Amino acid sequence: MTGPVLSVRNIEKSFGGIRAVRGVSFDVRKGEVLGLIGPNGSGKSTLFNCILGQLLPDAGEVSVNGRPVSGLRASHLNRLGVGRTFQQLSVFPKMTVLDNIILAGQEHHGTMLSRLFGAPDAGLTQEAERMIAFFRLNHLRDELAGSLSYGQQKLVDAAMAFMAGPSLVLLDEPAGGVNLTMLSHFKDRLAAYNAEHGTTFVVIEHNMEFVMSLCTRIIVLAEGAIIAEGTPEEIRSNPTVIDAYLGG
Amino acid sequence: MRVPWRLLAVLLLLAAAILIPLGQKNYLIYVLTSWLIFSIAAMGLNLTLGYAGQISLAQASFMAIGAYTTALMTLAGWHWLVALPIGLVLCFVVGLVLGYPALRVKGHFLAFVTLAFNTLVFLLLRNEEWLTGGTYGLSGMPRPDLGLFSTDKQLSFYYFTLGVAVIAALAMWGIVRSPWGRAFKALRENPVRAESLGVDTRRVTLLAFAIGSAYGGLAGALVTPLVQFIEPGSFGLAHSLRVLLMVVVGGAGSFFGPFIGAAVVILLPEVLRFTEGYYLIIYSGLVIVMLVFVPSGLIGIWGRLRDRFRPQRQMRGDMPEGARLP
Repeated sequence: MTGPVLSVRNIEKSFGGIRAVRGVSFDVRKGEVLGLIGPNGSGKSTLFNCILGQLLPDAGEVSVNGRPVSGLRASHLNRLGVGRTFQQLSVFPKMTVLDNIILAGQEHHGTMLSRLFGAPDAGLTQEAERMIAFFRLNHLRDELAGSLSYGQQKLVDAAMAFMAGPSLVLLDEPAGGVNLTMLSHFKDRLAAYNAEHGTTFVVIEHNMEFVMSLCTRIIVLAEGAIIAEGTPEEIRSNPTVIDAYLGG
Repeated sequence: MRVPWRLLAVLLLLAAAILIPLGQKNYLIYVLTSWLIFSIAAMGLNLTLGYAGQISLAQASFMAIGAYTTALMTLAGWHWLVALPIGLVLCFVVGLVLGYPALRVKGHFLAFVTLAFNTLVFLLLRNEEWLTGGTYGLSGMPRPDLGLFSTDKQLSFYYFTLGVAVIAALAMWGIVRSPWGRAFKALRENPVRAESLGVDTRRVTLLAFAIGSAYGGLAGALVTPLVQFIEPGSFGLAHSLRVLLMVVVGGAGSFFGPFIGAAVVILLPEVLRFTEGYYLIIYSGLVIVMLVFVPSGLIGIWGRLRDRFRPQRQMRGDMPEGARLP
């Protein structure tokens, strides 16, 4: 049996006198869709940033596919197979949808010199078009990403995160601000990608219906510590979680 | 069949650039050569600022490094074609070093760092008389002798400069269309997202400075044989601001912007000379009007006209069908 794709061990992070994350540990196995939920201020985003190298934890270690990654730059982490989406819109507005997607893959192909003297698209147009078709954005291929609606930009953002064929993708509030029809489409695409490629997801989300229907396992954080862990059904009926977060 | 309008327009402009100086006086040919040289310098700054989003107020100092390197070497008997690559490599390396502060500071802080660098180079050129001739400068540099094609005459030097400008423009076209160009734009638009997609934003920032600086050096290397006299005052802060103005007026981040901007900054004052003592006042007023009404630069006027007469489909707004689900 292979080891976990993501291993988080005893992560601690404080800001001044506030302990934002308190000794959090968990593993995520290949193909799992892990949801990280909890009330505002529970430490989800801080933990996310510690995993992604944007914050250096005070203690503990993060490993991806068995390799310690704490302190690595985001670009290095991405080249090790970690993709991510952002809570805020994070497309390149003055580039076309196609160029956004190609950019997301080009740094994984060839060398610096081949990227200067080789094909302008780094040989990625077909692959990018497949990704665009997967998210059903074909009609927007040549539009500037900044001219798309909010939900469409979220889809482009997700397509970028998947373009390099990552083994692990961290999704930061993917459902935030997306209308219901689009949300259902988005969830369908994420589930399809997970099923087809066996990619591991870690999702931070406040939309409980989205989390419960997409995730295979859920971790609940409160005041920087894990208060519950289990399948969506177990979490839904857990009295501690109901009391601290879900409510009656 | 689709008509390649852009290619046709470029070929027409190139034909105009070849034909216009024929039969003209030396002064007009000199002004047109200056336009080409400053277009090259502005192309470099356009890469650093327009494409990669890194402000620099030091382009004139790289023109100085290119100009003094070729001047000193050609005066020592080296051919201009040997001096040129050395000047370019020097500018590339110094540009790379100047890029390091951009990894730590942004915006107006970076502008001040580059401004200080421009002042430093100016002071070095003025004070190190043993090498640069100080305020008296250097004179008597020969024009490049290309065997069958002599550049001694103003018109032949103009065509030589035009050839160099075309090669520089083609190289720039290749850069901005390549994955490097995409990475430069990503750095400008969203560096955090670019980094998360594997773009090494530190390397891209340094390259944007280094390549832009090498273009400044190329322009400087052409100034030397054009005027055959250089002194530190020709490469002060005011000249860096002039190159910046060219990029902004033409349209930062647009490939043709630097040519248009350099035309406005170099040629417009000449066109307005008939107003005698008022020409600089009118010129300044026109530049202010342009920046207020066309902040995206003169190239932006084309975009506005196109949008007016051939509006794009509207993709934004409330779209209940979301991404047009099948």
